[in-house]
Amino acid sequence: MLASLTRELLQSLRIALQAIGAYTLFFVRLLKEVPRALLRFGLVVEQVHNAGALSLVIIMLSGLFVGMVLGLQGFDLLERFGSEESLGSAAALGLLKELGPVVTALLFAGRAGTALASELGLMRATDQLAAMEMMAVDPIRRVVMPRFLGGVLSMPLLAAIFSMIGIFGAQLVGVQLMGVDTGQFWSQMRSAVEFGDVMEGVVKSCVFGVACSLIAVYEGYHSVPTAEGVGRATTRTVVISSVVVLLLDYMLTAVML
Amino acid sequence: MRQTRTIELGTGLFVLLGFAALFFLVTQITNREFGLGDGGYRLLASFEQVGGLKPGAPVSMSGVTIGHVEGIAYDFTEYKARVTMRIDSDYDRIPDDSDAGIFTAGLLGGQYIGIGPGGSETFLVEGDQMQFTQSAIVLENLISKFLFSKAAEQQADKPAEASTQ
Repeated sequence: MLASLTRELLQSLRIALQAIGAYTLFFVRLLKEVPRALLRFGLVVEQVHNAGALSLVIIMLSGLFVGMVLGLQGFDLLERFGSEESLGSAAALGLLKELGPVVTALLFAGRAGTALASELGLMRATDQLAAMEMMAVDPIRRVVMPRFLGGVLSMPLLAAIFSMIGIFGAQLVGVQLMGVDTGQFWSQMRSAVEFGDVMEGVVKSCVFGVACSLIAVYEGYHSVPTAEGVGRATTRTVVISSVVVLLLDYMLTAVML
Repeated sequence: MRQTRTIELGTGLFVLLGFAALFFLVTQITNREFGLGDGGYRLLASFEQVGGLKPGAPVSMSGVTIGHVEGIAYDFTEYKARVTMRIDSDYDRIPDDSDAGIFTAGLLGGQYIGIGPGGSETFLVEGDQMQFTQSAIVLENLISKFLFSKAAEQQADKPAEASTQ
């Protein structure tokens, strides 16, 4: 009984280690291809369009509503302490440092990550990747790299747009609806937010962009070539991305705070 | 052809919007001011207590911001906190007997340095040290002083009451 339990535990530990190793090797392989992929920038631009420009609507809408909720909740909370003028700084810091990068990364995993994973998985299932190899075209170089780089480049920009729209959303609710003074709102925000806070958000979103894109292309590229396998790869992309983003967020916050 | 054009257009719009958002966040939301760091001149002031003053805090005269705190360090020759301020070059007529104090904006606001002009005919220049300073008020000290004086009053009252009985 105990022996079988330990064997099972060791087995799952081995699988986890193997997965981490496989991810690392895949990541190193992608990193080696970065300079060459940048030479064919047209392909990357196309993927920036797919991952970034097409995610714009959902990011902007979510940013607006997250900002508005933050304005509402922040106002209610701060009013209890009689310092509702601090709403601007509270909303801006919350959006820049936490909500902007994290929510954008989660939405990005759901919107762009799934698209990447299912596209690559379907290419695998319909033997398109094998056909490329037959023609001596490296599928990593031609298909995976541009998608990875497109995601990595889009993510910080999406997070910045999210934070900006969110701040305007908070301003909309706080100033127009709840009657916080406009000047107080902006001046308190400006005096509380430092350049380092903005950079913290940018660094976070860059890391999340790398993580989400890597997970999406890895899961898609290594998916089981069946209809079920592609579906599973898509699901795994969202699940792993979400957990990894939240885990990385805690670690990055602990390091940078 | 038409499709690649819409892709390029969409991507261009997205990238432009992204960088505009970053630029907005860096310049409009933060208190960092670009290009002003090199201009102006520096003044020094020593304080017994700087309280919660931080680099980047405003330096003002009559409520008008004329510069920023550049650095705060401890000076072991005077055993005081040495504050370096950068004053914008537009405000170069501060009398050399002006005084500097650390004040708090509102009850919960950040701290800033307020400069009160003196009456001298000569003005402060780059690297000058301000003669008269007033330390930050630490609220805890104030409260404890108040409590101790209350307690002392009660102590003083008690013997008086005893003698009348």
